[in-house]
Amino acid sequence: MQSYVFQFGPILIRSEELIHGAWLTIWFASVSMILGLAIGILGAVARSFGPRWLSRIVAAYVELIRNTPLLIQLYFVFFTLPFLGLKLSSSAAAILALSIHLGAYATEIMRAGIQSIPSGQIEAAKSLGLKPYKIIRHIVLLQALRAIYPALCGQFILQLLGTSIISAIAAEELTAIANNMVMQTFRSFEVYIVVAIIYFVLVQGFILLFQGFSRFFFRWKT
Amino acid sequence: MNLREFGFGEFSFLLLSARWTILLSLIAFAGGGILGILVGSLRISASKPLRMIAAGYIRFFQSTPILIQLFMAYYGTAFIGLSPDPWTAAAITFSLNSAAFFGDIVRGSIEAIPSGQWEAAKALSLRFVPTLRLVIFPQALKLMLPPTVGFMVQIVKTTSVASLIGLTELARTATMINTVTFEPMLVFGTVALIYFALCWPLSLLAKRLERRLEVEGRGRAALA
Repeated sequence: MQSYVFQFGPILIRSEELIHGAWLTIWFASVSMILGLAIGILGAVARSFGPRWLSRIVAAYVELIRNTPLLIQLYFVFFTLPFLGLKLSSSAAAILALSIHLGAYATEIMRAGIQSIPSGQIEAAKSLGLKPYKIIRHIVLLQALRAIYPALCGQFILQLLGTSIISAIAAEELTAIANNMVMQTFRSFEVYIVVAIIYFVLVQGFILLFQGFSRFFFRWKT
Repeated sequence: MNLREFGFGEFSFLLLSARWTILLSLIAFAGGGILGILVGSLRISASKPLRMIAAGYIRFFQSTPILIQLFMAYYGTAFIGLSPDPWTAAAITFSLNSAAFFGDIVRGSIEAIPSGQWEAAKALSLRFVPTLRLVIFPQALKLMLPPTVGFMVQIVKTTSVASLIGLTELARTATMINTVTFEPMLVFGTVALIYFALCWPLSLLAKRLERRLEVEGRGRAALA
């Protein structure tokens, strides 16, 4: 067997493309995280405090999304919307699908956060004469945020990895750029190992960032 | 401009292709389960290098996208002269990948077993593997069950990614049928429902098992 010579040169001279891809991956994950969190807040409030019919609709949305693959959700959005007269670029379709996907998980996480605050605390704050907005800010929001923080961080990491799937509808991000690079250089192993390392560094970097953030913001004792 | 209507034939073709999704899920589950027990056991072994290898393994598979892992197995193995077919690449990737997640589940469940059990086994002069097999695993199995069933849902959903290396399972059949019928809402709606029918019962079961374990734990805490 002919021995294989590793050639990272053709990849390294294209490192600018890879860095650009990494940025796009972070961008897709972040934007869809923000939109998904917005969906999650609305969903969790509707699920916890809304009328019964609304709560049921939200529950159905959550179950449907959580029990189907992201890839199928992506295809559904990408191929169906043009039929309804909405022509979306593949990036816009990807953002939409990723946000809807994350929204379901965020709804569940935030609902757990709302449930985690004992009602006695709100009653105690009321009896101390705290105004409603202060109760929400100091008693409910901060504590709920701390309770759900680890789950949200985990979800962001999953979202970061999940964005690689949007290369399937030709949205440009790290995996799509890697695939292009393989076609140009025919160095599939080298390209994918470098890209795997980039994802790995991104994930570990965000984990460190989130840990530092929580150490700074959630210092009080329970 | 559709070449075909989405009729009963197309529907049953989709439904039948679900068997390849199920088969791939079962392979990932079996392969990942066996490897996962190994990874999880190494993760808590007495030897530090072994623990670190297992930790690194878990961290690598959990910090990189499964799609990249799949591409590495399918396209990237050419450098050692391999060109696996999609099934081999997918079976290996999904088994290795789920082994990392199962390894974590195994480790977590084993660590939840009180250390008195280990000490008692040691007092009976059992060695590491017999202790695991005879004392720890039978107790940890109960704790492993809910997250394992929950992870099965994850496996079924993730197998859809195998369509991107050309493995003709549910998701790929859907894109193929969509190309000829041009009925995306019908095709992908149907496929979503098929996945849902596969995953939802498992999700419900996982939730139920979890609740039962919680209630049991509370009962034990009340008695203690």
